[in-house]
Amino acid sequence: MLVLTAIAVVRMRSLFAIAMLSGVFSLLSALLFVTLDAVDVAFTEAAVGAGISTVLVLGTLALTSRFEKPTKRSPVLPLFVVFVTGAALIYGTLDMPNFGSPEAPAQMHVGPDYLEDSVHEINIPNVVTSILASYRGYDTLGETAVVFTAGIGVLLLLSGLRRRRRDDEEDESEEV
Amino acid sequence: MGFELTQEYILGHLNYWLFSVLMMTGLYIVVAKGNLVKKIVGLNIFQTSVFMLYISMGKVTDGTAPIFPLDMDVDPDVIYSNPLPHVLILTAIVVGVATTALGLALIVRIQEEFNTIEEDDILKIERAIVQTENAIHGDAMGGRA
Repeated sequence: MLVLTAIAVVRMRSLFAIAMLSGVFSLLSALLFVTLDAVDVAFTEAAVGAGISTVLVLGTLALTSRFEKPTKRSPVLPLFVVFVTGAALIYGTLDMPNFGSPEAPAQMHVGPDYLEDSVHEINIPNVVTSILASYRGYDTLGETAVVFTAGIGVLLLLSGLRRRRRDDEEDESEEV
Repeated sequence: MGFELTQEYILGHLNYWLFSVLMMTGLYIVVAKGNLVKKIVGLNIFQTSVFMLYISMGKVTDGTAPIFPLDMDVDPDVIYSNPLPHVLILTAIVVGVATTALGLALIVRIQEEFNTIEEDDILKIERAIVQTENAIHGDAMGGRA
């Protein structure tokens, strides 16, 4: 399903349909996160990926054009790059532990410590919350800094939009 | 490399291969398509498949979501999936949306300046600008602007 949606995004020319399909993609991935036990991630993905991202893309479409022009470039070089990268990635996964294996390196180090210690150290039922806000609080602080910077960037890029448009209209009326 | 293509091996690695295919679909959109909005959507697909890769690494067979009972009376026999990848990906999703918003704002600004969001057209306009500048200032700068 996810692969089908992604391929549909490749083929579609109507940007409106692409925005909707990317929302579908996010929602499907949120379902996948639920089955992989990551309920917090699924919440965030459904709210942020399927919700906010789609709204942002639709807002951009309202300010720009709604259709993609067919490109004249040949797809051979991109396809070659993609296949080489994909082959390298799959070669890299050959050494990985089996899916769901409890002996995987990812399951060996800090993960179990968090699960054992947070019961008496933090005393919050949701381990994800206690790691996010307490053990790795500095990460979350950095994240808010990134979001703040991005917000300032968006405001700076878009703040002049309305003013410039008004100036253009005044110029035209003066010339007439 | 010392591995056997048994059924267990294939089933245990199918998730990684599937996410690689999704990642490559996203990369193909970013590289091959000329429309800037479509590039951003492709980048999002790439991003989400990386998230899926991470989350699938944290899954433990027969595990459940890492949330304890409300009375904090933890049963030692219950297996919980690894919560650390979940935390990292939560952060990554929010940062991803921030970068998406910034990219889309840049696209709006480009549309305002060039009146198009197709990469080919933008390149054409930029080449025309360079040529006119060469024609005007070319002599003073030794034939090169």
